[in-house]
Amino acid sequence: MKVQVHTTLKEGVLDPQGKAVEAALNNLGFSGINRIRQGKLFDIDLDTDSKEEAEKLTIEICKVLLANMVIEDYSVKVIQDN
Amino acid sequence: MKPNIIVFPGSNCDRDIHVAIKKTTGQNSKMIWHKETTLDNPNLIILPGGFSHGDYLRSGSIASRAPIMKEVIKKAINGTPVLGICNGFQILTECELLPGILMRNKNMNFICKYTFLISKYENNWIKKNYINKVISMPVAHHDGNYYANKDVIEKLNKDNRIAYQYCSDIGTISEENNINGSINNIAGIFNDKGNVLGMMPHPERAIDVSLGGEDGINFFKTFFEKLG
Repeated sequence: MKVQVHTTLKEGVLDPQGKAVEAALNNLGFSGINRIRQGKLFDIDLDTDSKEEAEKLTIEICKVLLANMVIEDYSVKVIQDN
Repeated sequence: MKPNIIVFPGSNCDRDIHVAIKKTTGQNSKMIWHKETTLDNPNLIILPGGFSHGDYLRSGSIASRAPIMKEVIKKAINGTPVLGICNGFQILTECELLPGILMRNKNMNFICKYTFLISKYENNWIKKNYINKVISMPVAHHDGNYYANKDVIEKLNKDNRIAYQYCSDIGTISEENNINGSINNIAGIFNDKGNVLGMMPHPERAIDVSLGGEDGINFFKTFFEKLG
């Protein structure tokens, strides 16, 4: 089973990296960009065929390591394998 | 009993702190590899500066889950003094021995310079005659921007747990002297029991005038004197 985890900074947490990317795009002449927030995307391949099991394990992985709950939120998307 | 220095892949201040403690207090430290599962009778546990695991994922996040950290956390909870410097501070927040997190510096720069610091309270590391006295120690970090939610900051303030703040040469704490964007200019904090200290500045790099300063000498001497 393949899953994707997306971690993002919580609202209100300053994101210097997103801000730097935003400034660079403005400097390159792109207009109409209201805001950029940078996150992380994890592609994970799990050794299970059960969607429930995959979700449960991934949430645990997020809590234990992938996301720091002080500043980050995470979302889990199960992508059916074949 | 002796200081135990935990060595992670990518630690680069482990030797420095060993030398600093030896030179300032005469104590010999034991180096402990991160894959070990036991400590060696520590009177102080040190998580040194560096870039453990290449700062992958988040600075300190992978090191904070190393096998030895289970023992470090156990000892810390039981009151053994723990000192985390720079990457060590990041590891301490990632394993939740200290609240909050060290984020990317506000100006995105890697900051490597001497900074002025001030302490407002007496504790295990800071003598009474050093309260409100400006000292100077170097920093060298990319992720030193201390962040925690309002409740945590209020509690740190209320319980006198802010160990060091960035300031001017005459001790003014202002946004102008806030090198990395940390809330309240925070450069170091204690846990609620006062036995765990995390700080971004490097006292071990301030023990010799030829290196730019010696305010680190008092830092180590004070702690080991108070330890008895």
